[in-house]
Amino acid sequence: MSTGKHAKTPTNSGAGTRLTGAEIMWATLEGEGVSVVFGYPGGAILPAYDALRKFPIRHVLVRHEQGAAHAADGYARASGKVGVAIATSGPGATNLVTGIATAMLDSVPMVCITGQVSSKVLGTDAFQEVDITGITLPVTKHNYVVTRAEDVAKTIREAFLVARSGRPGPVLVDITKDAQQGLAEFDFAAAAPKPHRPHPMLKTESASILQAADLIRSAKKPVILAGHGIMQSSACQQVLTFAERMRIPVASTLLGLGAFPASHPLSLGMMGMHGEAWVNHAIQQADLLIACGMRFDDRVTGTLATYAPNAKKIHIEVDPAEINKNVKVDVALIGDLKEALEALLPHLPPKSTKHESAWLKEIESSKGEVAVRDIKNLPDSGHLYAAHVIHDLWRATEGKAIVVTDVGQHQMWEAQYYKHNEPRTLITSGGLGTMGFALPAAIGAKIACPDKEVWVVAGDGGFQMTAAELSTAAQEELDLNIAVVNNGYLGMVRQWQEFFYEKNYQSSPLRSPDFVKLAEAHGIRGTAVRKRPEVLPAVKEARGHKGPFVINFLVEKEDSVYPMIPAGSALHEMIRRPNRNPLVETADDK
Amino acid sequence: MLHTFVALVEDKPGVLTRVASLFRRLNINIVSLTVGHSERAGVSRMTIVCEASPTAGHRIAASLYKLENVLQVDDIGQLSHVARELALIKVAATPQTRSQVFELAEVFRARIVDLAPESLMIEITGVESKIEGLIQVLNEAGDRILEISRTGRMVMRRGQHTSKVLDAMRVPGVETIAEFQAEEDSAAPSDLLMAEETGL
Ligand SMILES: Cc1ncc(C[n+]2csc(CCOP(=O)(O)OP(=O)(O)O)c2C)c(N)n1
Ligand SMILES: [Mg+2]
Repeated sequence: MSTGKHAKTPTNSGAGTRLTGAEIMWATLEGEGVSVVFGYPGGAILPAYDALRKFPIRHVLVRHEQGAAHAADGYARASGKVGVAIATSGPGATNLVTGIATAMLDSVPMVCITGQVSSKVLGTDAFQEVDITGITLPVTKHNYVVTRAEDVAKTIREAFLVARSGRPGPVLVDITKDAQQGLAEFDFAAAAPKPHRPHPMLKTESASILQAADLIRSAKKPVILAGHGIMQSSACQQVLTFAERMRIPVASTLLGLGAFPASHPLSLGMMGMHGEAWVNHAIQQADLLIACGMRFDDRVTGTLATYAPNAKKIHIEVDPAEINKNVKVDVALIGDLKEALEALLPHLPPKSTKHESAWLKEIESSKGEVAVRDIKNLPDSGHLYAAHVIHDLWRATEGKAIVVTDVGQHQMWEAQYYKHNEPRTLITSGGLGTMGFALPAAIGAKIACPDKEVWVVAGDGGFQMTAAELSTAAQEELDLNIAVVNNGYLGMVRQWQEFFYEKNYQSSPLRSPDFVKLAEAHGIRGTAVRKRPEVLPAVKEARGHKGPFVINFLVEKEDSVYPMIPAGSALHEMIRRPNRNPLVETADDK
Repeated sequence: MLHTFVALVEDKPGVLTRVASLFRRLNINIVSLTVGHSERAGVSRMTIVCEASPTAGHRIAASLYKLENVLQVDDIGQLSHVARELALIKVAATPQTRSQVFELAEVFRARIVDLAPESLMIEITGVESKIEGLIQVLNEAGDRILEISRTGRMVMRRGQHTSKVLDAMRVPGVETIAEFQAEEDSAAPSDLLMAEETGL
């Protein structure tokens, strides 16, 4: 991506304009197309805050800097634009770190700006001085220290280029107080970054394209592995064309959900640790895997020794360091996914439907009874399961809401029961698995997409990690719906303890405040739901309500996510839901 | 297996940390790392030697390219190249025992660069095995080594080879580079050079 199309002329710009570093900072952000930032002020960044009023940029005051980073992340994931978080030096900067690492592991484009002590006292352990570029070195794509006002514009512009180019990621710019206060000439255009250096390892050579096309044409049991990169590269249409033309079923990673419509007949669903049996079986049986913008993370491969043993592998990936990292591949197309698929498609004549049916039928038949995920008409056993909650939420929102999850069992249930048909509608921390992500990220997502319905789905544990951001949602008067899936446990930890630690529930039960009262204390409406018939009315009430709304779903305490592949096991060695569980019943509403 | 990389990097503060931190993150031990100016202003040249599995080369090079300050990486591998290391070795020697050390140094084409009443200093350049050879014979001869300082390996590929990446970026190099290459093309590596390379 080039910066050119994002750039617009800032309020104060042009050769000969002299501004403070702080003013240059905002003017440059404006020029990069930024209209909202998430932040928290403090001494070392005060010059910047003082200058903010002169610029058409909205500042969302979070309640903890981790929230600022997650909000910027959620904003970026929902919009595809670069999210911006701002914090002061020292503790403000260190509070960003978890959010930066979360964005790094999921390749989210983000620019964090931190204040720093004056360059004259750098390195002296001055008040609130920390080496934030040192601390964030391994969790940023790149970072910078700026000590002079004249370097502010070009550094921020370069940071945006780095954040959004190639495999996107977070970039941190640490600006000393004197750089914010100093005067310099501001010329937005002249501060344009140099073009990115050519990357000699990026190559989708025509020989490899032909080789890939050969493999695809002759495959009998192919599977497309759809990852986050499809959204990053805006290649949803190309993947759809590819799958439909060649009649290839599509399995998704957690972060890939939504890139390929869940309701499409060729969609298999989520692969990996909590993927459905038939999805993982299809991968194990396949003779060809075409990995599109995914990185064979250990949560999706299980043990590598037995991963897809009969399959040739084609890896289409923008980051050369991912090639052959976990899984050895036969053909690598290294570069932008959309471009690679566009180069590939002309070599793929539409497949006759003869071969297709055998493989697709094989998968279909392996679904069997367990395929039933539609639980609308389940008899009401008096229990409220998280699956009910997610299922009803999906029905009520017609699968069109942006759902931002936290991390744990509820996250996996969301992935299993909410069918995402559109890209960027599931926002979740995959790589780092950061509890506390959901609420602040949803604030960012809602601000990015004010016309979209946004739901938080969080556990009782993770919700409490960043619940202070309820105040932010209230202050910003965001129309945000918050579903707390309250099972009284750090549920995913409890599940592992049940399966692998002889039910030694050490430190996993947790007592929570009354979330409805907590909401009310923030001036936010809330309601509790204990029974299945109460789910839809509560969801309806939340949807109709203007402003934030919290629903405390008091669900079955000791339910587990099935199926489950224990970490380090083979993809086909899964723990299945015990028999006669009320959640496995016959489908009704086809 | 030992891997050798030549990396051209921006000459800016913190770049060495970024490179070193990358190897730490990959849990790979750096055997030696030398840095100095290159033929281009603002561009430093590193030679990095590390111990890693035989298949790790691609991943290391690709990971180095992920660092914004790294401009070009060459995985030397089996490519034909010249490798050199410089060492300073301080040996305990009195006027009575010096001559024996002089002789050994001469065999290794090393130079004596400092003489003191109780010690002398040897400067030796060559491939690692040559330097190790000298250290070994000094030890065997009973000469007490007081200090050793080694630069670590530096390498340069043989024949015409310049950075395509930097050329594409128009990072200016030395002015004479074109003439220099013409000469290099016509002259095959001399026997003498080859002999030096395999040296002692
Ligand atoms: C910041 C952080 N700390 C710890 C963990 C480990 N962890 C993963 S899931 C989980 C339990 C989450 O509990 P809860 O939020 O109640 O969700 P549930 O699993 O019950 O749906 C924990 C502690 C984590 N992922 N992130
Ligand atoms: Mg819980």
